[in-house]
Amino acid sequence: MLTITDLEKVYPTGDKALQGVSMEVDGNEVVSIIGPSGAGKSTLIKCVNRLTEPTSGSIVLDGEELTTLSKKELRKTRRDMGMIFQEFNLIERLTVMENVLSGRLGYMSSWNAFRRNFDDEDVQNAYEILDRVGVGGMENKRVDELSGGQRQRVGIARAILQRPKILLVDEPTSALDPETSFEVMEMLTEIAREEDIPVLINIHEVELALDYTDRIVGLTDGQVVFNGTPAELDESARDTIYRSGKSRAETGTEDQSQSQSQSSSSEITDASKEKSF
Amino acid sequence: MGSADPERTGGYPSSWERPTVFYSKNVKYLVYGAIGLFVLWSAWELRPSPARLIGGADAAASLLTTMFPPDFTPEARGRIWDGMIESIAMSIVATAIGVLISIPIAVMAAENLVPRPVYYVGRSLVSISRSLHELVLAIVAVVAVGLGPLAGVIALVIATPGFFAKLMAEELEDIDEGQADAIRALGGSPVQVLLYGVAPQVIPRMIGLIIYRWDINIRASTIVGIVGAGGIGVTLLNSFDRYEYDFSLAIILAIIAVVMFGEILSAVARRRVQ
Amino acid sequence: MSYEGSTTWRKHDGRARALRYLAIVVAIAITALSWRALDIQYTFVVDAPRNLGDLLLRMYPPNLAYGAEILPPLVETINIAILGTGLAILISLPIAYIGAENTTPNAVTYALGKFLIVGTRSVNVIIWALFFVVIFGTGALSGVLAVAFRSIGFVSKLIAEGIEEIDAGQVEAIRAMGGSPLDVVVYGIVPQIKPAFVGVATYRWDINVREATVIGFVGAGGIGVYLDTAINFFQWSNVLTILIAILGIVIISEVVSAYLRKKVS
Repeated sequence: MLTITDLEKVYPTGDKALQGVSMEVDGNEVVSIIGPSGAGKSTLIKCVNRLTEPTSGSIVLDGEELTTLSKKELRKTRRDMGMIFQEFNLIERLTVMENVLSGRLGYMSSWNAFRRNFDDEDVQNAYEILDRVGVGGMENKRVDELSGGQRQRVGIARAILQRPKILLVDEPTSALDPETSFEVMEMLTEIAREEDIPVLINIHEVELALDYTDRIVGLTDGQVVFNGTPAELDESARDTIYRSGKSRAETGTEDQSQSQSQSSSSEITDASKEKSF
Repeated sequence: MGSADPERTGGYPSSWERPTVFYSKNVKYLVYGAIGLFVLWSAWELRPSPARLIGGADAAASLLTTMFPPDFTPEARGRIWDGMIESIAMSIVATAIGVLISIPIAVMAAENLVPRPVYYVGRSLVSISRSLHELVLAIVAVVAVGLGPLAGVIALVIATPGFFAKLMAEELEDIDEGQADAIRALGGSPVQVLLYGVAPQVIPRMIGLIIYRWDINIRASTIVGIVGAGGIGVTLLNSFDRYEYDFSLAIILAIIAVVMFGEILSAVARRRVQ
Repeated sequence: MSYEGSTTWRKHDGRARALRYLAIVVAIAITALSWRALDIQYTFVVDAPRNLGDLLLRMYPPNLAYGAEILPPLVETINIAILGTGLAILISLPIAYIGAENTTPNAVTYALGKFLIVGTRSVNVIIWALFFVVIFGTGALSGVLAVAFRSIGFVSKLIAEGIEEIDAGQVEAIRAMGGSPLDVVVYGIVPQIKPAFVGVATYRWDINVREATVIGFVGAGGIGVYLDTAINFFQWSNVLTILIAILGIVIISEVVSAYLRKKVS
């Protein structure tokens, strides 16, 4: 179980990305974070495994405080958090198998890692997972030969092979076409359920959040403005999440419902005025 | 990963081998091992005797102490100036003549413009010119025409097609054939095709390449003197022979300055042309 | 270009045209001045082609028997190139690391890296050879060091560029999985710079074979020593044999290097 309390992140530039975020991820639920670009979604996810160092606040995973871990302890704890990235972040020039097995790096000595000397059991599991995510038989292909959807499947396989206690997922579909996005989301949530692990997923498309997640957290300007089930995310809740003129202006290209853009159009102009000063 | 159905056989393979560019893992290790042994053996062959190493330390110490400070007295500056002017003049003359010789060779080495046999002759000339280091050409030129800048100019002229004609030929091969065909269609002779259909397309690039080659020729012109082919290199070798290492350092610093200046000048000029 | 008010067609407008002629005139003038500065007697120039021809006639035919004798120095030349390139790479790795914008610790180290890159590149191999022969005496060791120092700038510059192009996401992924700093290097960085690295190494080796043919002129080993000796003793057919041999190894190394680069890309 993941508990985040009063998390703040101020970047060296002075940007306040997170302003006192508190939330929980329980049992094996799939929680999505939605919100306009620049709302701090990515920062929040990356603070959990401390790819980004939070400024203050607390993050507790299964009773362990993450924000105060030493470097060595952090490496050990990161094994418990599988991460799936927006741009896949696979090692492009290595084979699919090496990429999946790299999920075990945290458990191996660097010497064995260097020699690609993986445990028999890990190799067996890797084959099995590759099959499950639908890229079986591709283990000897180099990742740069794969399509975007296939890459993200390998990314999921890599994270699952970590045997994590939680999956952190950062915009898994924004580099994919709509159809592939649904397939990938479907598979991701299904595997998480099979593995009985919770998922914290930050997502751009509200539709995907509604279809595939148990609970939705709305983030605006680094603050939690909504926390409820997909059913509770009504029109007014959406407005609350996306109303901030500043963020709307930044996400002008985003495909939102028409009523929203009309209701917030005046704020957009206000925001752009602010920016020009 | 056999073709057997994993569900039915009840399991997945428990070992995996990374595919390699070699035929198998063993061949890979054999190749790496052979390379390692070869390097060790060559390094062993080179080992200096302990006496040499100790002597070397002394030599290095005396070299470094005499080198500093570099000798920039007015007399030394005068000799550097004379040598440097000769080097720069050599580079300019050699570039001019070298380019004139390279242009027909470039046409010969352009696959799309000439018949096969001519193309092979052109490519061979380019290859020979490219393969021989300026200093090899210089040492032969010195034997043929005697010590002095003429040998240096000849060496640089012969070295020029290897670079200039090669890149020029690549430019010629990249031209828009349509424009050349248009002139052919009008009944133009091969020379007219070159002048009106080809030349206008490549002249800006050619000027860039001339400047680039001049930049390279400056570098070469500062060292061909080491085999007696004129320029500042002669001065440098003399200073080494006379153990005037402080003067050597001054010359080397001057060479670095001129080379860098040439590089900057060439970069700026090329940017303006293109 | 504007068409109005113009009844005659001109290739360029006047100013550009004048500038163009001016540039040509200046270029010719500078060349002529340079020629005067060289102070070469015309009789020498007129005789030059004949002298070159005479020399070639004296050289022909090549001494094939001598071919076997020069095999060891040819191998030494290639070895000098290999070891010099290897040494250059070892020295270049830290320089590339501090000379790459994204890995250099601070502005001072960055400047130092750039200085080393530019500095070593501007000194020709033969000058390095002169130095090392003074220190280590004649022989291939001086040659290896000369070739290595000459290559540092080139190799570090290209490796630094390779490092600058690294995709940070792949590094981040390894860290996110709990990989150690060593894992990050082995999985996150090495695969990404490997092609650039192999490309640079083989390309530079190819150049260095050429460089290693001349360092013998100042006693730093390789085939150059034999060429120098053959010339000093007027053994013309041996000279031609050596020239052909040099041509051969340079072309072979070029082919090998091109093949290797193609294979790793």
